[in-house]
Amino acid sequence: MAGNIWVLTEQWRGEVSEITYEVLALGSEVAAALGVKLEAVLLGHKVKSLVARLGKADAVLYVDHAALAEPTAEAQSAALAQLIKEKQPRSVLIPLTNVTLGVGTLIAAQLELPGVNFCKDLRVVDGRLQAHCVLYGGKMEVLVTGLREPAILGISPGTRPAEKGQEAGTPVIEEVAVALPEVPSVRFKKYIEPEAGGVDITKQDVLVAVGRGIQTQDNVALAEELAEALGGAVCGSRPVIDQGWLPLSRQVGKSGAIVKPKLYLAAGISGAPEHVEGMKNAALIIAINMDPDAPIFNLAHYGIAGDALEILPALTEEVRRTSKKKAG
Amino acid sequence: MNIHVLLKMVPDVVEELEIAADGKSLAPESLRMILSESDGHALEEALLLKERYGGQVTVLALDSPELDDVLFTSLAKGADRAVKVTGVETGLTSRRAARILSQVIAATDGLMPADLLLTGTQAIDDLDGLVGPLVAHFLRLPFVAIVVQVGVDAATGTATVVKEYPGGVRGEFEVRLPAVLGIQAAEKPPRYVPVAKVRAVAKSRRIESLPAPSQLEPPLVEVLQMMKPEVAGHAEMLEGPVEKISEKVCEILAERGLV
Amino acid sequence: MIPTTAKFGPVPGWAILYLVFLVAVGLFAWRVVFLVRLLRLGGPENRVDRVPERLKRVLVYVFGQRRLFDEPLVGIPHLLIFYGFVVFLLTTTGMLFQGLLPWFHLPTAEGNAYLAPVVDIFAVLVLGGLAVSSFRRFVIRPAGLQLTWDATLVNALIASLMVTYLLAEGFRLVALPGEKAIWLPAGGLLAGWIAKSATLSASALASYQVFWWAHVLIVLFFLAYLPYSKHLHLLAAPFSVFFSRLDPPGRLPAPARAEILGAERLQEFTWRQLLSAFACAECGRCERACPSNQCGEPCSPRQLIHKLKEQLLGYGPALLDKVRAPAGGEEPALISGLIAPAELWTCATCLACVERCPVFNEHLSIMVDLRRRLVERGEVDPRLEEALRNLTRYGNSFGQSERKRTAWTQGLDFKPKDARREQVEWLWYLGEYACYHPALQGVTRTLARVLRLAEVDYGILYEAERNAGNDSRRVGEEGLFDLLREKNTAALQGARFNNLFSTDPHVYNTLKNEYQELNHGRHPVYHYAELLADLLDRGRLKAARRLHYRVTYHDPCYLGRYNGVYEAPRGVLRALGVELKEMRRSRRNSFCCGGGGGRVWMEETGEARARPSESRVQEAVSLDGVETLVVACPKDYVMFSDALKTTGLEGRLAVRDLTELVAEALGLAPDVAVAAPPRQRAA
Repeated sequence: MAGNIWVLTEQWRGEVSEITYEVLALGSEVAAALGVKLEAVLLGHKVKSLVARLGKADAVLYVDHAALAEPTAEAQSAALAQLIKEKQPRSVLIPLTNVTLGVGTLIAAQLELPGVNFCKDLRVVDGRLQAHCVLYGGKMEVLVTGLREPAILGISPGTRPAEKGQEAGTPVIEEVAVALPEVPSVRFKKYIEPEAGGVDITKQDVLVAVGRGIQTQDNVALAEELAEALGGAVCGSRPVIDQGWLPLSRQVGKSGAIVKPKLYLAAGISGAPEHVEGMKNAALIIAINMDPDAPIFNLAHYGIAGDALEILPALTEEVRRTSKKKAG
Repeated sequence: MNIHVLLKMVPDVVEELEIAADGKSLAPESLRMILSESDGHALEEALLLKERYGGQVTVLALDSPELDDVLFTSLAKGADRAVKVTGVETGLTSRRAARILSQVIAATDGLMPADLLLTGTQAIDDLDGLVGPLVAHFLRLPFVAIVVQVGVDAATGTATVVKEYPGGVRGEFEVRLPAVLGIQAAEKPPRYVPVAKVRAVAKSRRIESLPAPSQLEPPLVEVLQMMKPEVAGHAEMLEGPVEKISEKVCEILAERGLV
Repeated sequence: MIPTTAKFGPVPGWAILYLVFLVAVGLFAWRVVFLVRLLRLGGPENRVDRVPERLKRVLVYVFGQRRLFDEPLVGIPHLLIFYGFVVFLLTTTGMLFQGLLPWFHLPTAEGNAYLAPVVDIFAVLVLGGLAVSSFRRFVIRPAGLQLTWDATLVNALIASLMVTYLLAEGFRLVALPGEKAIWLPAGGLLAGWIAKSATLSASALASYQVFWWAHVLIVLFFLAYLPYSKHLHLLAAPFSVFFSRLDPPGRLPAPARAEILGAERLQEFTWRQLLSAFACAECGRCERACPSNQCGEPCSPRQLIHKLKEQLLGYGPALLDKVRAPAGGEEPALISGLIAPAELWTCATCLACVERCPVFNEHLSIMVDLRRRLVERGEVDPRLEEALRNLTRYGNSFGQSERKRTAWTQGLDFKPKDARREQVEWLWYLGEYACYHPALQGVTRTLARVLRLAEVDYGILYEAERNAGNDSRRVGEEGLFDLLREKNTAALQGARFNNLFSTDPHVYNTLKNEYQELNHGRHPVYHYAELLADLLDRGRLKAARRLHYRVTYHDPCYLGRYNGVYEAPRGVLRALGVELKEMRRSRRNSFCCGGGGGRVWMEETGEARARPSESRVQEAVSLDGVETLVVACPKDYVMFSDALKTTGLEGRLAVRDLTELVAEALGLAPDVAVAAPPRQRAA
């Protein structure tokens, strides 16, 4: 068990998140390059059934404790730290999401180990693990390495295709006990669900997304018209939800929904990493933005450097005309 | 209530970032520093809590270019004390920054005990860790990240905080105070304070300077190289008058059966 | 026979007159003193300098009534009523004193062979004027002119004064024909009709007395009522004109005290600002001229003054009492009380209201002071906040790096001189729009080439140039303005140049009027149209061909109304051979594009029917055969280009900068067209 590559399973509300599979795929490559095993760590309470999803790993370390029922960074890091001390892995890969934010840093601090964030790739060079990380919102990248082992590596979404990490199987399960404080200093109370927006944007084939570039709440109507013409729904980036122009249930991004529609039309969205996380796997991405240098154009399939307020209505008209022609 | 806000200056990405001659760090010539965005929210949340519950707000930061203006602005917005830790070098070490801040907080009269320590949940240069959980660990305090709402119950010495999860879901937690909170967004957007007020404060108020403790943290992470991101791809740009563009888009959509 | 000699029971007429006279004068004086005390609540301001200039103003604008002739339909009647008032003031005073002192034979107008006919004719003219103005007020009902009981009463009082005078005259002529024959056209006519009726003639003496008394009592009633009505402007206007601002309008007053940012409480305004409330005749001229108001936005200069007056009369007395009894209620907030913030933010600072106001009220300074208070409280909308933060940090509202300020030069095949390093004749202060805005960078390059062709020795400040601060100041961020001015002044002092010109009228305005170090003629400041006009005039630029366009020209607010530069751009157009057709709203009546005063940084309220810029392009396109709207301001360029799109007029009208026409006439190849005009960068 010593010297293996570990992947922390992000398990939340009974589901294994997609990013976990991405990190498993990455982890398995690294493990193979180092000639060691890939082990998944599953923390939770009564979630043993999820082990079946982790077939990509050679083994699963399963920790069951009441305090891990709802994830707090403290409980997770305390549990994982004990495991690490006991088992001495080579490196620990932690998917970076809202659920796990802070866990990696806490463990690294507690065990005085190197912690690295924002990894977009890992590679093995001369038997050493190097992390390729993104800094300054995507403006620079660095190649780093840890000076001690194990290194705790925070992995950003999108490193590998999730399918590569999904393998049905029956990995070896080891149940490990940990000691966690009876009375945690951070106690989970309840979930607050977003108001049902009537529409589940994760199930839509067509999404018209709006960002700050549409300027005012009234202009959301332009997007709604286009969405209607295309038979889809409207969603938005964080600033638009923060302003109250759309309900929380329509937020796409790191703190919102991850969507994979057939068409994602982004109007007035610059393409900040937190938003991109939520929509990068859409089949067809068309972006409209005033700024020809906006990062969204690096991701989109087609781009229009112009004023969304002009283009949306023109597009709506054209779509309606084309649909009529087809129908009539 | 005694609230501390930990601020950090990060590179301003409005400027073009260049790589220094050593190939591993940012060239200082084109660099300008700006307050980390979520730290600004942390300050606003602290000021809102002060308005609601009373008490004192202290802002702390490690010395950096353009920091003084940020500290004076914080005072002008309503903070009571501004503390700057001097004698530190700039670098990619969030862990070192957190260690120094924690030592200063622990060692300085009047800074502990605090009820709440707020900081931004994450900064764009947090390569080797997030300041919030690091400070929480060094000061042996509980920590919650991605907080968007804070309520304090002085009687029980706890705070109720709301944290963001994916999919628009939020979680409510109860934290024993004192605690460290990583703020994602304040309950109201950060307030505006006019330039005249900041300048008046710069003339009339003092920033306290404290020297950084001398013990050095051994590095745990080594930067081997810094490089500009290669752009993986680029969209095919559609140009021309609006009508032509709309037609082309409809063609593309029709090809895929979307219209 | 003097009517007050008659007795009413045991009491002689003159005694009753004395009583009424004393009461009326007493009420009048008491009220006027009270109003002056209210004015003294305001802060101090020196408006007694340069007295000869001030007297000249009173002569031209009060006695000459100059501003009223903007609207001749009311200008002429008002002139008649005004002079009628002056004439009657003398006449009626004579009558009064004759009535009070019937034992003395005082010289009166009635008795004077030359004056009496004048008064007589004026009475008719005033009635004629009143008829026209009443028709206008009650039937035509122009915007901004309200139908109030006060206005109706005042009109009725004036009319009744004229009627009673004429009737008194007529009956007197019939009753007392013995008086020496003075030619009284109207009175005589009336007398003729009365004489024809036996009943009327019989009671002529009694009727004369009745109408005499009626006239005098109405006058005394009017005297007492005057300081309570809007007719107060009669008293206050000469003072408000005398004490008006002599500084150029492009120089906004700095706050009186550095610690107090702006004004909201009554005592934070100056006495002259408060005087605006009393001088206002509620004529509505300002409102009719206001582009924001005319388009349906909540902005109204008239309402602003009116609400200040309401606040002053409503809470002022309590403030006066406080001096004696400190305990009392809090002054109700003016902003978000009587005045909604939207009313303040929708002003484009175009100066049309100030320019039109016949009593020289100071709508703009009051509005900016209120904005200063909103900024002080941090109550600014998010888009404006972003612009202010960008200005503070990067010296431009676009939020782009200072280093990108000269990105526009990349399309040039030469490098403009750096005025920081070498001496130049002309310093070209570009302004942020010319440097950063993609739609304008081409125009900027074109001007650079034109000037080079004319061998003008010019240089720029490169990255040291920052936003000059004109609009930051007008938005109410005085501290930001100070900061920008300090930095720019330091940059200018580090550069070596003789004269300065700018492509942006906003920049031009503030450098010329508000940058003291540049003033005193050491570094004269010009607008580029003036420079181009001069070059064309002196043959340094020669049009290779005449441009056969039919164009119209939009006078920018900050170039025209604010600084009186109307001829230079027209001179340029003439030299190019274009045919210029003027819009109705041109020169000092130019209709603002709606982008000034920081409006380009703000959300629209959504309440407007149309934007001012849309109204303006509609006006341009309505001129027969005009296909080009020529502008000389970058904000106009952007605002009108946008308006062409939103009104669908893109094919029918083109917006072109003066520079572009000059370049075309010189045979220069047009600059590469740049991308679609952006508003702010999206997040």
